[in-house]
Amino acid sequence: MSDLWSFTVGTLPFLWSGLLMTLFVSAVVVVISAFVGAFFGVGLAYGPLWLRVPLRIYSDILRGIPLLVVIFSIYYLLPFAGLNLQPLPAVLLALTMFKTAHVSEIARGAIQSIAKGQIDAGMAIGLTFHQRLVYVVMPQALRRFLPPWINSVTDAVKGSSLVSLVGIVDLMLASQQVIGRTYQPLPIYMLAAGMYFIINFSLSTLSRRLEARYAYVRE
Amino acid sequence: MRMFGNEGAPLSMTDAIVCISDLKKSFGSTLVLDGIDINVGRGEAVVLIGASGSGKTTLLRCINALEVYDSGSIRVDGVEVGFGDSESRPRRRRSENELSGIRADIGMVFQLFNLFPHLSACENVMLGLTKVRRMPKAQARDKAEYWLRRVGLADRMNNLPGQLSGGQQQRVGIARAVAMDPKVLLLDEITSSLDPELVGEVLAVVRQLAAEGMTMIIVTHEMIFARDVGTKLVFMDGGKKIEEGAPNDLLRNPRHDRLKAFLARLEMH
Repeated sequence: MSDLWSFTVGTLPFLWSGLLMTLFVSAVVVVISAFVGAFFGVGLAYGPLWLRVPLRIYSDILRGIPLLVVIFSIYYLLPFAGLNLQPLPAVLLALTMFKTAHVSEIARGAIQSIAKGQIDAGMAIGLTFHQRLVYVVMPQALRRFLPPWINSVTDAVKGSSLVSLVGIVDLMLASQQVIGRTYQPLPIYMLAAGMYFIINFSLSTLSRRLEARYAYVRE
Repeated sequence: MRMFGNEGAPLSMTDAIVCISDLKKSFGSTLVLDGIDINVGRGEAVVLIGASGSGKTTLLRCINALEVYDSGSIRVDGVEVGFGDSESRPRRRRSENELSGIRADIGMVFQLFNLFPHLSACENVMLGLTKVRRMPKAQARDKAEYWLRRVGLADRMNNLPGQLSGGQQQRVGIARAVAMDPKVLLLDEITSSLDPELVGEVLAVVRQLAAEGMTMIIVTHEMIFARDVGTKLVFMDGGKKIEEGAPNDLLRNPRHDRLKAFLARLEMH
């Protein structure tokens, strides 16, 4: 048992850079998709038709395709359009586009769940559209946005393992490389799984904290 | 101080602060307001009565430009609410920003309170003062606190709406509207969603405002309140003004059959 333990600990340095790549990819995807998705969500909820229609098409297509297909499409098909992306930018683009579609739907749902009476009340005291959005809708929508959004963040972390398929050494591929050298799949996979779990468990704990923090706002 | 007595002296157009003429509004193919004419003088409290679906709430929402009317005119202090005139485009729909400016001068209190749940009572009242009136924060807070004291909520200023009773929430709603110094205050069935024992505290606030000369248009099912506070009663049915007059007169001697039937139905409850 102690042999297995020291063996497992010995592989950690090799997994470390993979873990960092996983965290890096996840962070980039989550941050960019949160900003862009929030704007898309406002567009989906309040935008004029010329804005709503393309956003709706974008969101429906991206959410209707498996993430793996999105990654391969960007990486293998864009070169035919004359755009050659390196593996890392390509997967970052693919994952971000995919995640943005999901985030925009979460944001749209959160915004549209705010009662119409809130908009009426904001209008009645003379707030402009922009002011209603900033001072009335967004603060309330935020707390409905957070729980499903963090859930989707954990999906993004797990989904980032697909970057290994275009040769980027993330936690997944690093684990497979170590296994390739040591022929010890079980402990390595379990170690990797444990790392994914720790990241995501921290996130869902954070989510519960945030929910509790906003729970005092009763309606 | 009331400027017009209960007898409802006839008003010329210049006396009236709200002039509604031949107002029409449809939702799809349903005609909700069918040629309404009402004048409201400064300091008057006009009460709209009528069955559900008679168009009372839609009328209020049109006055505050929460709904766009199809034809006719609503002028508040001489300004057409829904449409602007320009050389090139007469009767142009007002832009969202123009409407915001007009709405700021017209107060509205809602049946379901519609307080902002993430803001304290005080912040609810302050929001319009700081963001629309561009008042410094300290001054806005003073004004909000003044009005919250006036409606009897001196000890509830920092509570969130969720921590207040329905009657308290509605009084915050009234404070939020009157703190903006509106030219006219619209009250849309403001006691309809309250427990019976909480109705009195809200109506007391409105009576006080009426006594001080606040111009009001009130939609209510509380007939005793309507009679006491109203300077003029307007009975609506099917989107039309059926009868109007001094409250006592109208309630005691209804002329129109539909008003008689409406009052008879109330008696039975």
